[in-house]
Amino acid sequence: MTLEFSAVLEARGFDVELTVAEGETVAVLGPNGAGKSTLLALLAGLVRPDRGTARLGERVLFDVDGRGRGPALRPHERGVSMLAQDALLFPHLSALDNVAFGPRSAGVSRREADRHAGDWLDRVDATALADRRPAQLSGGQAQRIAVARALAADPDLLLLDEPMAALDVSVAPALRRTLRDVLADRTAVVVTHDVLDAFTLADRVVVLEAGRVVDSGPTRAVLERPTTPFAAGLAALDLLVGTATADGVRLDGGGDVTGRGADGVTVGARAAVAVRPGLVRVVPRAHDGVDRPSGPNVLASTVVDLEPRGDLVRVRGAGLSADVPPAVVAALDLSPGAPVWFSFAPDDAVAYAL
Amino acid sequence: MTPASTGAARRSTRWPARRSTRRSARRSVPSGVPPWVVAVAVLGSTFVLLPLVALASRVDWADFGALVTSDSSVAALGLSLRTSVTATMFCVVLGVPMAVVLARTEFWGQQVLRSLVLLPLVLPPVVGGIALLYTFGRRGLLGQTFETLGVTIAFSTTAVVLAQTFVALPFLVLSLEGALRTVGTRYEAVAATLGARPTTVLRRVTLPLVLPALVSGAVLSFARALGEFGATLTFAGSLQGVTRTLPLEIYLQRETDPDAAVALSLVLVVVAIVVVALAHQAGRSTGLATRRRGS
Repeated sequence: MTLEFSAVLEARGFDVELTVAEGETVAVLGPNGAGKSTLLALLAGLVRPDRGTARLGERVLFDVDGRGRGPALRPHERGVSMLAQDALLFPHLSALDNVAFGPRSAGVSRREADRHAGDWLDRVDATALADRRPAQLSGGQAQRIAVARALAADPDLLLLDEPMAALDVSVAPALRRTLRDVLADRTAVVVTHDVLDAFTLADRVVVLEAGRVVDSGPTRAVLERPTTPFAAGLAALDLLVGTATADGVRLDGGGDVTGRGADGVTVGARAAVAVRPGLVRVVPRAHDGVDRPSGPNVLASTVVDLEPRGDLVRVRGAGLSADVPPAVVAALDLSPGAPVWFSFAPDDAVAYAL
Repeated sequence: MTPASTGAARRSTRWPARRSTRRSARRSVPSGVPPWVVAVAVLGSTFVLLPLVALASRVDWADFGALVTSDSSVAALGLSLRTSVTATMFCVVLGVPMAVVLARTEFWGQQVLRSLVLLPLVLPPVVGGIALLYTFGRRGLLGQTFETLGVTIAFSTTAVVLAQTFVALPFLVLSLEGALRTVGTRYEAVAATLGARPTTVLRRVTLPLVLPALVSGAVLSFARALGEFGATLTFAGSLQGVTRTLPLEIYLQRETDPDAAVALSLVLVVVAIVVVALAHQAGRSTGLATRRRGS
């Protein structure tokens, strides 16, 4: 069922419009406090908006006017299930009874509910855990059963609130596979911090910042052509923003850069260039700048900090960073405060309108 | 209840490994307690236990059987148990909704209401009895209405139950409200998003989660009802077999037959100990909620 949502919550500076097509999974990305949890709480009916409307298929979830009046369905009437960071399995019920909770609440007979729950346990590979109490389950097992429980309620809309955040990295991939399978044809909203979740689970992403949608679109497009520093950070891209010129982008902070697709941007429009830090070179810079490397896409900067990342070191400058081997950092004698030149090949970067 | 000891005992059946860590943790505790604190604690425990020993030492064991099985004693004990059980049921029926409303809703004047509801806890029972008398008494606020309907409440067994419920209710509300706040609303929110109506959530999620607190609250209420004296005497009087509960009987016997009073007191002590033991047993078998919170 299609979700059409639009709501304002003054106290939290929240003003978001969102549409999720039938069978579509939308990932909601954003920094802490951006309003991601508020969005889910409004959809689930745990928080009432100051004004706004939401429709799930034919069902009106809420329709609140400017004075805060109007109908709002209570959580149990919405057909909206929520899967949180913590599994929150009912501690006094077995795994099977937890999964059967939704069907039982809908008035299904005990036997039928148990059979339905058994099917769902099977789909998340947890049949062997049916008789266990939640206290006897590991975090990953509990979360798999929570997935089965949320889906056994046969929701029209599934909300996932960072479903993998509380799990060990060793068990997250298995759950991610399970979620990918069960979300394939479902209408769902996934709040996540993890760009991998966005890529594997979602058809589309929405980026929230300070209670507003700042970017949205197909996952690849948003993450390969980010328009906000947050999205660029998620996609692990350097984002350079400025105004389009005839052959590239004049940056707000000074300097000219260009990349693939630069000629497709209208001159004078706001534009950006994105480049992977791994493709950025860094060399020391003399104070008078006479040692400027030749060629395009050379920017003067100063090292802000150095951060080890696996077998590379991220050299973070003002506006740009580069991933280089530790040996290079040592050879160039880089340290915070050191003046440097950053450069990258135009073919390694992509330029686009904002 | 002593969560630490019962928790460890409960675990021992299924998680033998944890018992050892638990034990060593407990063994290490005394090193952090100053000796003078232990000394004062011993003094306090003695203060509580010594009177019971004194009481037991004064029992006339030769006539004990005859003393506690006299007509008036048996009548008083039976009446006490009947009224206390009934009062406890009233406490549960009225107290659970009160605790839920206090813990789960917000409304104007809630703090004041909470204080007032808990008033019987600090009120002298005699004052409670007088207040009840002016409510349900023959010329009381509601009593007149009941009177015209042909129902007399004051100085009846009903009055005993009302007095006991009045003084015991806060114990249940207090312990249950605290437990509801501790458990929080997250499980309830999940249950609601799974399609459970508020009543279903209360029955299948909220109450099972706070069952240990409900049981211990009910036991506290029962114990308070069993010991009720002042309000009962004021509001219900002291009529053998009708309103003379065990505490009233003991007080009465004390003047005429001290040996009987001592023997009955011991019976009350034993009943209290049995109740506490039963509560323990009940708390132990009430599922995982206790175990999880204990860990």
